Amino acid sequence: MKIVVCIKQVPDTKGGVKFNPDGTLDRAAMMTIMNPDDKAGLEAALRLKEKYGAEVTVLTMGLPKAEDVLREAIAMGADKGILVTDRVLGGADTWATSQTLAGAIRNLEYDLIITGRQAIDGDTAQVGPQISEHLNIPVISYAQKIEVEGDSVIVERQYDDRYHVLKAKMPCLITALAELNEPRYMTPGGIFDACKAEITVWGRADLKDVEDSNLGLKGSPTQIAKASDKVRKGAGEKVTLDASESVDYILGKLKEKHIV
Amino acid sequence: MDFTLRKEHEMARSLFKEFAEKEVKPLAQEVDETEIFPRGTVDKMAKNGFLGIPVPKEYGGQGCDPLTYVMCVEELSKVCGTTGVIVSAHTSLCCDPIQTYGTEEQKQKYLVPLAKGEKLGAFGLTEPGAGTDAQGQQTKAVLDGDEYVLNGSKIFITNGKEADVYIIFAITSVTTDAKGRSKKNISAFIVEKGTPGFTFGTKEKKMGIRGSSTYELIFTDCRIPKENLLGKEGKGFGIAMHTLDGGRIGIAAQALGIAEGALESTIAYVQERKQFGRPISAFQNTQFQLADMATKVEAAKMLVYKAAMAKANQKVYSLEAAMAKLYAAEVAMEVTTKAVQLHGGYGYTREYDVERMMRDAKITEIYEGTSEVQRMVISANIIK
Repeated sequence: MKIVVCIKQVPDTKGGVKFNPDGTLDRAAMMTIMNPDDKAGLEAALRLKEKYGAEVTVLTMGLPKAEDVLREAIAMGADKGILVTDRVLGGADTWATSQTLAGAIRNLEYDLIITGRQAIDGDTAQVGPQISEHLNIPVISYAQKIEVEGDSVIVERQYDDRYHVLKAKMPCLITALAELNEPRYMTPGGIFDACKAEITVWGRADLKDVEDSNLGLKGSPTQIAKASDKVRKGAGEKVTLDASESVDYILGKLKEKHIV
Repeated sequence: MDFTLRKEHEMARSLFKEFAEKEVKPLAQEVDETEIFPRGTVDKMAKNGFLGIPVPKEYGGQGCDPLTYVMCVEELSKVCGTTGVIVSAHTSLCCDPIQTYGTEEQKQKYLVPLAKGEKLGAFGLTEPGAGTDAQGQQTKAVLDGDEYVLNGSKIFITNGKEADVYIIFAITSVTTDAKGRSKKNISAFIVEKGTPGFTFGTKEKKMGIRGSSTYELIFTDCRIPKENLLGKEGKGFGIAMHTLDGGRIGIAAQALGIAEGALESTIAYVQERKQFGRPISAFQNTQFQLADMATKVEAAKMLVYKAAMAKANQKVYSLEAAMAKLYAAEVAMEVTTKAVQLHGGYGYTREYDVERMMRDAKITEIYEGTSEVQRMVISANIIK
């Protein structure tokens, strides 16, 4: 089995978020980590590798320093890393990003593509499903459990109060939730191997069947009006009332805020 | 000369740091209070390869260098001195001599499971009458057919009751030199837990590193297969001294970690603690104390990393190891003492980590050669 895992280097939001004057993230100024949902997706791939045997390729688009996140993935147990980096790809929104990643994946053999549900720097949850559209393969999003049976995957898809069990023939794409698993640590020996590993670097010219008009800032229909760091909510109000008083109190508050 | 760390060392440090913060730090206070060996943490470290960092891959290890191992002990010790010494004693004092002096069979049988973390290692040299004076040994091993018969006891053994494989030193012969002076010839043996005649004595009640299992080992007609002799018969003293050179780098790393942990805690505390309407970090006394502490920690780090590099590149590194151990241990004691002082009354309570760190720091000036022994080694190396 061949698995491609799309991973993203994201700002470590614990260290605070910094913006460029144009509202885009100042990635160079921030500490970075592997996006948590993507890390869970990688862990899921590594567990499938251990259980069924697989070759795991990690793929990322980003600045040259995004190579670090690929090496981290290799130190955890991934077999190969591919970095797609090119000035013309900069400023990509989800549409241009998914076009770019699909263009890279068209060069690869794969049975399964795993992406994180969403990245903590954008929270769109669009890139994974968009890639599946571009590649014309099925997608199962919000995976909380993944099994392989013959040439199919059986996935538990999470909802707020339930889950659906879905079966899809491979090749297909799955988007993973951070709750899917507890990702393993790198090993010291894995780190030493990862630092020696050859990372494949692709540019615009290496992307297959993608129009220039779908790439980079120019190919991005999204325009950012305003971006800000998360604003901390104020302390909540705590009241102790019996059931009927509570109903009146809540209704009163909802009316006060013109919600009802 | 370039002091920049290589990429793999930066990544390894971030790994050890993350592991220490997530897995070790939350338990540090409890491990100290209860004096219970952190077996769960050791199992996790085994799973992640932390128990065979400098051991070659062909012997089940991670194939990394001594600097990576030093960083592991350092980062663990930043949050828990107990966890740091468990890894140090296992790696430096048990894996290392088997890797250096063991036969291929011994390496396959003992080093592989040790490096994989399936087994834990310990080292027994110290006796009630033989601490700094290793020649004062009383434990004897007598060859009887295909077995050595071991009698005697060892004290203050780190990983004492929790280990599976022990490197034990014993007198195998006494010779007389030309001047008529007798000399005890010591040999090293690999002893497995569970060997008949090998039992445990009392557990030490210690000031610091309280979760570390420190026991007396007792050997009563304990029969060791002849093939478990490590190195040549009578060459054990050299093996012990060479092993301790490596061990001192591990303890130096532990001391460095404890000092760094105390410094980090104090830097955070002085910015929160207010007196006379200002955070105490606004007072020049605090600033100057911290400046001295940080400078000494940095100097200790340079010595410790240099010793680790010397172990990687040189055959003999006694001087570098002794300097690193001496300085890092004394810095650990000084920095943790100042850290408690800067915390004031709170620093004297067990609610704050610096109290434990100060108690943990003291042992680094004592075990694997006291600071006085390190001065003996250093002076013997420079006055020739």
